[in-house]
Amino acid sequence: MAELTKKKVFGRPSSLKESAFHFCPGCHHGVVHRLVAEAVDHFKLADSTVAVIGVGCGVFLYDYLAVDCCEAPHGRAPAVATGIKRVNPDTFVLTYQGDGDLAAIGISEIIHAANRQENITVIFVNNSLYGMTGGQMAPTTLPGQKTTTTPAGRKPRGDGYPMQMSELIASLPGSVFVARAACHTPAHIRQAGKAVRRAFSAQLEGRGFSMVEFLSACPTNWRLSPEEALRFIEEKMIPVYPLGIFKDELT
Amino acid sequence: MREKILAKGSVALAMGAVDAGCRCYFGYPITPQNDIPEYLSAALPKAGGTFIQAESELAAINMVLGAAAVGARAMTSSSGPGISLMQEGLSYMAGSELPAVVVNITRSGPGLGGIAPTQGDYKQATRGGGHGDYRLLVLAPSSVQEMYDLAGAAFALAFRYRNPVMILGDAILGQMKEPLLTGATLPLPDPPAWALSGARLRQPRLIKSLYLQEGEMTAHNWKLYNKYEAVKRQEVRVEVDCPPRCTLVLVAYGSCSRIVRTAVERSRRRGFAVGLIRPITLFPFPEAEIQRAAAAAKRLLVVEMNTGQMVDDVRLACAGTGAVYFKGYPGGEVPTPEQIEQEIERIIKAEELRRWRN
Repeated sequence: MAELTKKKVFGRPSSLKESAFHFCPGCHHGVVHRLVAEAVDHFKLADSTVAVIGVGCGVFLYDYLAVDCCEAPHGRAPAVATGIKRVNPDTFVLTYQGDGDLAAIGISEIIHAANRQENITVIFVNNSLYGMTGGQMAPTTLPGQKTTTTPAGRKPRGDGYPMQMSELIASLPGSVFVARAACHTPAHIRQAGKAVRRAFSAQLEGRGFSMVEFLSACPTNWRLSPEEALRFIEEKMIPVYPLGIFKDELT
Repeated sequence: MREKILAKGSVALAMGAVDAGCRCYFGYPITPQNDIPEYLSAALPKAGGTFIQAESELAAINMVLGAAAVGARAMTSSSGPGISLMQEGLSYMAGSELPAVVVNITRSGPGLGGIAPTQGDYKQATRGGGHGDYRLLVLAPSSVQEMYDLAGAAFALAFRYRNPVMILGDAILGQMKEPLLTGATLPLPDPPAWALSGARLRQPRLIKSLYLQEGEMTAHNWKLYNKYEAVKRQEVRVEVDCPPRCTLVLVAYGSCSRIVRTAVERSRRRGFAVGLIRPITLFPFPEAEIQRAAAAAKRLLVVEMNTGQMVDDVRLACAGTGAVYFKGYPGGEVPTPEQIEQEIERIIKAEELRRWRN
């Protein structure tokens, strides 16, 4: 009888700490954290990375990712990352920011960091509202979407249109890789992982600014079940925020 | 090599920073401090450092935060309105215990105000300025040489206490030229043990100001408090010039103290026994020296180029001992020595008259 042998085919990335995520059921932050950790492992960057963390549900990244971390004031992560990268160009510098952080209060910092061709990588988690503060409207909220500050639904005239940050950043000559990905199916998660690795490559090759935007579920504040939230991404978010690579200047 | 040159105050400060090991500067243009970024935009790249003209003061101070987090000697400079925007970053840096040097070459306010010299930012500087329970260490130079020397001292203090240090100048100090002895070059220090550098052969490090677990924030606030108490005990710098039997002691800082010094010297030549206390650190404030002067002279005259800010610290230091007079020149008005001399005479004569009547 042939001897049975065990072979490990799947495991926790070594740069992801052995701690349980605090995120709500169905939230995609955990998946995005894992994809970042996988890319850190892939390029063997655990001992040369500094992660700069914005304000929002992702602020506890340092509880999960086993790398040096620095908190940034709300929206300012790209400026903090600029300071770090310019002093230590050999450090791998990433920012982890939500849509309120990056597209509202920090829109100036993100645009100017991209425009200066800062050699940093931005992980941008877009769940279409302010999750941590209880579900208020964000610049990314969909037209008609109900939030705690748009109880009758977001009216673009007056409340603003959804901001398409990937398209905006891709239009700047300083950005070299910009993609929008999602995590609502295993196939999308695999695609997203590829995009993250490509963004990391951009920095490792010294090319300049790279960003991956994630469409991320927030079942709690969307008032949907985790399963309904996946359908919301497919049916409501992707038509407004098309997936794909908006810019790839790596050859 | 030490060299004697003729230099502008702002340039002297920038030179002092470079000689103290500052290799990165992040800033945004505003009058009257543009000589600092203009000088450093050439000097820092030459020294192998980084100069970035940021998109705003908000971005500039947060670039400083990032550079500080990896242990660099980082600096920014601005003036009133820009310093207001930087308060966010200063609060986060104090909370995260990050060192940096921030220069305020003041202009008048509130609002856009004017570009003439004032001392209207004293309270913003000495009370912390941003949200939360923290202080900045504040140095107040009064000459071009001190602009240079205190830049080095500011970096030493910032790293000793892991706290932002502010140099509070003004438009006079920034623009005037005086002889300057340069060349106090210090060796470039190694990054400190707490700096972020990538978790190589050690546990990951974290720099943060968020404390949500029960009791954590309280403990952090008391830790910062104890640090500021140590600063008060160890770092007071003050110039005291009080001859015996003074009947009036003037208190002034910065460029204003130079005008006051002239008035004090003239008054002495006319036979008035007057003294001068010039705080060099505004936080920590020279409370003991003020207290001693109040107990001895019974009368203090505080002169400021504002409507009365440091005078409150003088009153607190005196704690009711003696009378505290105030003469203020806000909005860009710079007093003449004659004006202050007259004020000295008025106070002393009024006191003599009061005694004679009694």
